[in-house]
Amino acid sequence: MEFAANITLAALLQQVLVGLSRTTILFIVASGLSLVLGVLRIPNVAHGSLYMIGAFCTYTVATLFGQSTLGFWLALIIAPLIVALISFIVERGLFCHLYEREHLMLLLFTFSFTLVFGDLVKLVWGSDYRSLTPPAFLMGFITISDLPFPKYNLFLLVVGPLVAAGLWFLTQKTKIGKIARAAAVDREMVGAIGINVNLVFAAVFVIGCYLAGLGGALVAPTQNITQGMDHAIIIEAFLIVIIGGLGNIWGALLGALIFGLTDSIGILVWPQFAIVFPYVAVVLVLLFRPKGLLKSTW
Amino acid sequence: MFKALFSTKTTVIGILLLGIFLLLPQFLSRFYIYLLALIFATGLLATSLNLVLGFGGMYQFHHAVFYGLGAYALALFATKSGLPLWAGYILAPVCSAALGLALGLITVRLSKLYFGMLQISLGSLVWAIVYRWYSFTGGDDGIHGIPVPDLIGSSTGAYYFNLIITGACLLLMYLIVNSPFGRVFQGIRDNPERCLAVGINVRSQQLVGQTVAAFFAGVAGTLFVTVEGSVFPDLMFWTLSLEILIMCLLGGWFIFMGPMLGATIMVTLRTFVGIYTEYWTLVLGIVLMLLIFFMPEGVLGLVIHRTESKEPAAREAG
Repeated sequence: MEFAANITLAALLQQVLVGLSRTTILFIVASGLSLVLGVLRIPNVAHGSLYMIGAFCTYTVATLFGQSTLGFWLALIIAPLIVALISFIVERGLFCHLYEREHLMLLLFTFSFTLVFGDLVKLVWGSDYRSLTPPAFLMGFITISDLPFPKYNLFLLVVGPLVAAGLWFLTQKTKIGKIARAAAVDREMVGAIGINVNLVFAAVFVIGCYLAGLGGALVAPTQNITQGMDHAIIIEAFLIVIIGGLGNIWGALLGALIFGLTDSIGILVWPQFAIVFPYVAVVLVLLFRPKGLLKSTW
Repeated sequence: MFKALFSTKTTVIGILLLGIFLLLPQFLSRFYIYLLALIFATGLLATSLNLVLGFGGMYQFHHAVFYGLGAYALALFATKSGLPLWAGYILAPVCSAALGLALGLITVRLSKLYFGMLQISLGSLVWAIVYRWYSFTGGDDGIHGIPVPDLIGSSTGAYYFNLIITGACLLLMYLIVNSPFGRVFQGIRDNPERCLAVGINVRSQQLVGQTVAAFFAGVAGTLFVTVEGSVFPDLMFWTLSLEILIMCLLGGWFIFMGPMLGATIMVTLRTFVGIYTEYWTLVLGIVLMLLIFFMPEGVLGLVIHRTESKEPAAREAG
């Protein structure tokens, strides 16, 4: 067990960049979860399944176009929309009848979707893993102080802030964002002044799930697309939302940073147990700030 | 006291059931004996979860970690220590209880959803360690061919062992639920503020509750090893925890025997649906959806509800 023997500054820089691109994915997924949790109060376990469906759809759409650059861009647009459509159907068909139930029931109800979606993905795509190559102009590496760094990860570093800015604009500047924030604090009051809360809820749910699909679409070229990627991401996303503060999108960003960086730097320090570092970080945060780092909307 | 806790009806049904289960191995094939032994272990696990969930109102989202730890502790005692095999059966649940106490010290300060989420995160941490520690836990391969004492090595032996231990643990848990501690625990579930106001230390009661539940989950873990002879990290994965929650919901979590019934239905369904299709979780998901929509009280809850409204005199609730 080589303990912290091979850490150089360049390697550290490389891992930080890797961690930041991982943060992008985590942030996009967790912010969607946080949005749904904050406004609708649904702990949506199926969020990870939607992420997985997003990744598989990206693969299918991109492959239809022969994994060309055009195919990649189209997949990036279409796959999250498919996920949003699925979530719209599910919300209007089923969830909207259950808003008054307690959290435990809602959690189990979303878990039933995890089970169903998991098997549906197996039915549609089979149980083999798929892999997708990034488009030509994002292939290959650039060297940063003599160490190779994948171009696609740099692309993620650009996308992350863009999504964050888009979410900021949506929640702070648009009407639906303002109504959603109001509904998160007091849904009866928002209903009482004549706003159709159900429609706002549906919109927020669909946007949140769209983000899960987008995360899946973005992650698709970086890893194997497999069964089980839903289980891996959902726990991470939940922890990020919890340490950030329920329903707080900036908290999700902060949580994703903590999670992504401790994970990638942990690999440098102690490869075998790198998985442990983010969890330890979560426990430490919650020991000192049981309700998360930033203010929760609850 | 005995009369107050066990009505004549309950006693008669209990003794009858025990008699039937004692005789069953004479008539059943090996497969069904194995299935029943597995149901006992799973049912004990679900009942131990219900101790904190249904009777304590705690959102114990990651109960499987105590089950898995019990199983792993037994496996490691049996394969890596020089202790006699029976010693593991006593030490493993104690390990689970210790983990329950340790996690509880961190988590009971939080309430409801935060409690559950922290529980999941800490449990996942334990899972991650077990999953990665190849040299000690066997990583994602797990440990296979765990030796069990000769007395319970055969499938019939394992069946009787599981039957007796499960029965004893259920009796113990029933006594706990109806003890002063159990009453306080249910009071906390129904109204934590009032309990706090009359001077009950809510946090320490919950801590004790979680430790006790973790102990019984550990016992269930040892029973699983007795039947299967192997352990693997899925035993403490969070999806299993939610499956146990479903068992409690399915059977009815305000009734003592509800989770046992839920576990029986789940394990039986999984085994037989699994024969016909590989898409067992699809079936489970749909069953769960229907359940939440139409039967939030669970099967046993519904049955008791119906019979009570028909004959108000029968106020038997367990």
